[in-house]
This record gives sequence, C-alpha cells and structure tokens, in this order.
Amino acid sequence: MTRIALTINGRPVKAEVEPRTHLADFLREAQALTGTNLGCEHGVCGACTIEIDGAPARSCIAYAVACEGASVRTIEGFDDDAVMAELRAAFTAEHALQCGYCTSGMLITARDIVLRLPAADEARIRKELAGNLCRCTGYVGIVRAVQRVLSARRSAATPNRPDTPA
Amino acid sequence: MKAAPFDYARPRDVGEAVKLLAGAGEGGKPMAGSQSLGPMLNLRLVQPALIVDLRGIEELRATSETTDAVVFGACVTHADIEDARVPDPARGLMREVASNIAYRAVRNRGTIGGSLSHADPAADWPSALALLGATVILEGPGGRREVPAEKFVTGVFETVLRTGEVLVGVRVPKVSRRARTGYWKFCRKPGEFPQAIGGVLDDPERGTVRAVIGATRGPPHVLGDARALLSRPGDAALLALADAAALADDAYDRQLHAVALRRALERLPA
Repeated sequence: MTRIALTINGRPVKAEVEPRTHLADFLREAQALTGTNLGCEHGVCGACTIEIDGAPARSCIAYAVACEGASVRTIEGFDDDAVMAELRAAFTAEHALQCGYCTSGMLITARDIVLRLPAADEARIRKELAGNLCRCTGYVGIVRAVQRVLSARRSAATPNRPDTPA
Repeated sequence: MKAAPFDYARPRDVGEAVKLLAGAGEGGKPMAGSQSLGPMLNLRLVQPALIVDLRGIEELRATSETTDAVVFGACVTHADIEDARVPDPARGLMREVASNIAYRAVRNRGTIGGSLSHADPAADWPSALALLGATVILEGPGGRREVPAEKFVTGVFETVLRTGEVLVGVRVPKVSRRARTGYWKFCRKPGEFPQAIGGVLDDPERGTVRAVIGATRGPPHVLGDARALLSRPGDAALLALADAAALADDAYDRQLHAVALRRALERLPA
C-alpha cells in the first residue's frame, strides 16, 4: 500500500492505495463517488472521463497512486459550475441521454469542448466527441446539446451586433 | 480488467529512475502518461513487478530550444504540442500530428516519449519523428546515448531500449522556412489506431526530401531520399514502395499504404 494525498472536488484527501488500483476504482470504491462510470476499463469508451488538474482524462488508465498532489474533479464536483448547468439543461432539452451510463463522461468532454473550442462547428464537435461512446442516442441529441450551449454563449458574447468582427 | 499487483516508485531524477529500473531487471517498467501502458496493465498483457513513474522528474517535462533543434522531454504531452505550449520545429507538422492522436482526454496525459517507447506500429510519433530525422536520447546504467528515431523502433512493440534504460528526450531538427510537409493516416473512426500512415517532408534549404510509410507490421519504413516522389509518382511506383515496406503479401494493406502516401503528397502545400 502507498500513501497518497490529493484533492478531490476541492476537498483534500489522504488515503492508502494499492498501486494497481486505477483512479476510477479509487473514486468509486474508496471515495463513494459513483457518478464516474466504468465501461471498457482500457481507455476506449470514455465513460470514466473526469478532470485531472483541470484537463479531461480517463480515470480507468490513470492510477490513483500516480495522482499524488493532483487535483481531481468528478461529475459530482460540477454541481455549481455555470457551463455544466447550461449543458445539463441542454442535454435535457435535446434528449441527449437515455440510459445515462455515458453521460457523466459525455458532460465532462462536452464542457471541455465548450470552453476550449468556442468556435466549434458540428463536424468539430463530432470529432471531439469521438472518444466518448454512447450506445443509446446515436449522438444526434448530444451533438445538438453541445451546439445549443455554444450558440447561446456566442450570442451572449455579441449581443445584437452580428456585423461586428470578433 | 484490473491490473495485476505491482510495486510503484516515483523518482525525482533520471539517475534514480535508472537505478530503480536496473535493479528491477526484466520486471521493471517505466511509466509516463500510462495511456498505452494502462490498457496493457488492465488487460494483464504486461505484469511488471515494479512500475517506475517518470512524471515526477522535472527534467523530463521540460522543452529546450537551440538555433537548429528543439529537445522535448520524454514526458511532454501530446496536448502540450497540440496547444503550442512548446515550440514546433516542423512548422506545424508536429502540432497537426499531436492533434489527431487518439482523443483529447488521452492527449492530455499521453506523452511523446511514452508513445515512442511503447512502439505500437500504428502510433504516430514513431513514424512522424522518423520522418523528421529526430534523435532519441536515452540514459541507462552505462550513461547517455543517442539513437536516430528511424533506428529506435526495431519491431512491433520493440525498441533498442535496454534493461534499465530510460528514454529521456527527443531532439527534433528545425525545418527551414520553405519546408513543406504532408501527413495522412487512415483511421476507421477519428482517434482510432490508423491502418496506414504516409508522411512526406520536402525541405529545399536543407536539401532534404524524406518520406515515411507507417502503421506497418514492423518499424516505420523511411525513405531518406524521396526526391522521386515529388514528381507525381504513379500508382505502380507507390505500390512498389509499399512492397518495400514489407506489405507485398496483402493486397489490401499495400493499397492502403500506397494511398496514404499519395494523400500525404497531395497535402504538401504548393
């Protein structure tokens, strides 16, 4: 067992972990943060996507022991996040989920798209979502939900001045 | 889908990492972003006794620039390159290559040195860095040595790395202002491992025209003098190159690689 100290959703955490325990198992089993779902457990499906030090990452192929000193944010840590609130509403409006298994990972990837690629068009959104698999929706609703948030934010940024260059 | 038990160490410098790995012998495995090793561990395709995490080593996360090259520490991530947090000695090619590796969540943690060392034939860096004439810097119990990138990968998941040796960095020569590059890979879906890679570098000021055929069944196939490719080669010539990359026995594979190379050529700016 190895002793680690890290921050999870803003809360300092100290724990003893087996080096082989991946971050998702640590979050779910030791921290009771079951919002992070596990699909493939080898970095392909994206269900376990969380944030490490502010950037999306797969929690199934990051090991808890390697997250010493890191700041980890799971879907539970986005309750008060403004972009996530917009995305949650858009996912509801666009029927962007059915079973919900991929949704926490989808939302974290979607939020990264909104913040990192504010000019993303549909093709770019689809490319960026390629690392998150959904077996229910056919992606149409998810893509629309991201588009909805992006266009709302664009109109908010340039109110009533469509001819003004950015 | 859980890794077999292993011990874990997070050294602070390269010397300590080398000592730990040399002490562990065949049972030691260096780890950087764990984006390739992680899946291998979880699938129990590898079961090392000791993992030596290189991410705590400051030197390996650094990038330095000289007048004619950029040296990337082994732990520089694909996203560091994609987001231009580090310079691009290939005037955009490295950035393009990095942006299309797997998915953003993987690029945020996956590293240039890890991808090279893993030596998956379908990975981008072994092909792209061989194309650019990069040099791989290694440190082991016997000291440092340098190996040309095109000689670093020796086979499928096989490299010249010796037991106890760590890839510390990659030196990529700067292309000149007039250099042109083209790169193409076939993926069945974005982010998927490519089935074929083609790359071309035309750098008239340095008198270099190089090409690469990658995602083969062995190391990337490098053409050190690819001048003939600049005069619109026909299908027969491209297929002959695919054959030279040891793909002759599979009609589909050789066709894919020939077309990947043609598309890379078509992507050279006029």
